[in-house]
Amino acid sequence: MTPVVDLQGVSVRYGRQWALREVTAAFPAGAVGLLGPNGAGKSTMIKTLLGLLPPDAGQMRVLGLDVRRSPLQIRGRIGYMPENDAYIPRMNAVTFVAYCGELAGLPPADAMQRAHEVLYYVGLGEARYRNVEQYSTGMKQRIKLAQALVHDPSLLFLDEPTNGMDPRGRDEMLELIRDIAHNKHINLILSSHLLPDVEYTCDHVVVLDKGAVAAAGPIAKLKGPAGRVFELRVKGDAAQFLAAMSAAGLECHATDEDVMRVFVPEERGPRFLFELASQHRVQVRHLRPSVPTLEDVFAKAVGEN
Amino acid sequence: MPIHDQGYRHYGGQRAAHGRAWWVIARSQILSALQQRPFRFLLFIAWAPFVVRAVQIYVSSTSLPVAEFIATTPELFRDFLSQQRLFVFLVTIGQAGLIAEDRRTNALQLYLSKPLTRVEYIVGKLVPPLAYVLFVTLVPSLLLLLLQIIFAGSLSFLRANLFLLPAITLFSLIQALLAAFVILALSSLTRSRRFVAIMYAGVTFFTFAMYQVLRGITGSRTWAVISPIEMLDIIANAAFRSRGLPPVPVYMAVIAVVAMIALAMFILERRIRGVEVVA
Repeated sequence: MTPVVDLQGVSVRYGRQWALREVTAAFPAGAVGLLGPNGAGKSTMIKTLLGLLPPDAGQMRVLGLDVRRSPLQIRGRIGYMPENDAYIPRMNAVTFVAYCGELAGLPPADAMQRAHEVLYYVGLGEARYRNVEQYSTGMKQRIKLAQALVHDPSLLFLDEPTNGMDPRGRDEMLELIRDIAHNKHINLILSSHLLPDVEYTCDHVVVLDKGAVAAAGPIAKLKGPAGRVFELRVKGDAAQFLAAMSAAGLECHATDEDVMRVFVPEERGPRFLFELASQHRVQVRHLRPSVPTLEDVFAKAVGEN
Repeated sequence: MPIHDQGYRHYGGQRAAHGRAWWVIARSQILSALQQRPFRFLLFIAWAPFVVRAVQIYVSSTSLPVAEFIATTPELFRDFLSQQRLFVFLVTIGQAGLIAEDRRTNALQLYLSKPLTRVEYIVGKLVPPLAYVLFVTLVPSLLLLLLQIIFAGSLSFLRANLFLLPAITLFSLIQALLAAFVILALSSLTRSRRFVAIMYAGVTFFTFAMYQVLRGITGSRTWAVISPIEMLDIIANAAFRSRGLPPVPVYMAVIAVVAMIALAMFILERRIRGVEVVA
């Protein structure tokens, strides 16, 4: 199946700093997460695909169209939800969203009708006549989503959509995104550093680190088969044991509360961990098989990079 | 089914071809300015000189003895446009937030993520100040000319002064373009509309004051090229065939105005971007 976004050797530079370095990636149809730590190049990639930043090298195609040759056609078919607060001053919500619809090419009457519909859809129906400048942080996030949806795009770019939202608002936003991707069949690329958000809403993931692709593929495939990940807590010199496990070829990383997550290869099992612990005079106090999470995929990808 | 029950629906209607976004932007900005009461009041007051001049034209077209002192001459139209300078300044200041407000609210990245070019955005923002300045200069001037024809009952004045029509149009356009480009360029430099207004006042009045000072020090009138007010005066005098020796040739005044507009375009090209890159 043709990817909705295809990058070939794309490089972007801010002065002397390379934000993206020869990135080659394909984003399949559906919901794709764009993961990476702060400064990895996620927002840069999105802005380059939108045509807001010219790349220094490489080719990009969005929805089958070349970004350099057909930027207007592309922007007419995509919706962009920026990371920062963004709105047109001195407008109420329905006027703002209708205005964005008109800018995207909708006739005025259709734009106004669609504005009302999407504002109800994102949960701002009752507040749609209030000035956007008076909105709370969560409401501003919803209105950004509404203006990205009003013209019924084929592809949505969502940059940190749950930024600054309270837990309930965040859950509602994630439900909306999941509904958009899986029930409304709108392709989306969700850029976030919040792994649970991406894991809940997306089927595929592209992990960026330091301007390069560290991992890419279906989340289920990247997680690997169950049973290879263990939660481990030891009594003794945990740092030395961590180093010993790494030296023995086990991928491991520390998490909160003194629990380590250890990737054990197929040919070795939990018994190997006990043998290693015995050799290094540490006690194994907690050992439990765990389901691989996106956090493991991310830690592995970023660690290797 | 009520809208609130419909959920999200895919859109199957028509979409406009590219190239019309500038009008969407311009229309929105024009209506937004008109919603502000002080600005509406300013536009209303800006037509007060028109009423005075209309009465003057009416009286001068009668056979009353007083009519000889207030006869309608081409100078009337030149003086009227000169009088409107204050309202041109105030109306232009009223548009100070055109781009500054968008920068303050990060609206630029919204605009430029839509299917419109930077040129469309700039044109859309340029139209409101252009329209409002012409509304207080070109429109009342042409109406005065029309009133003169109506009150006089003949085209003799117009036939005798055919240059008036192009003079009024050309000068009003040049003045409006200069004001619109300068305010837009200044608005793109900052996020504060107040600071834009201060900068515009500086460009208008500080340069005039500097010209006077430099002229006093050096005795040379060539310094007039730094003052947009002086340059517009020279162009107006030439267009309306007024007497008097200009401080610099007309072509230099035109070049100076064109250079200011070009500088404004350069600033807009550099500043209107979807992403601010800090080196």
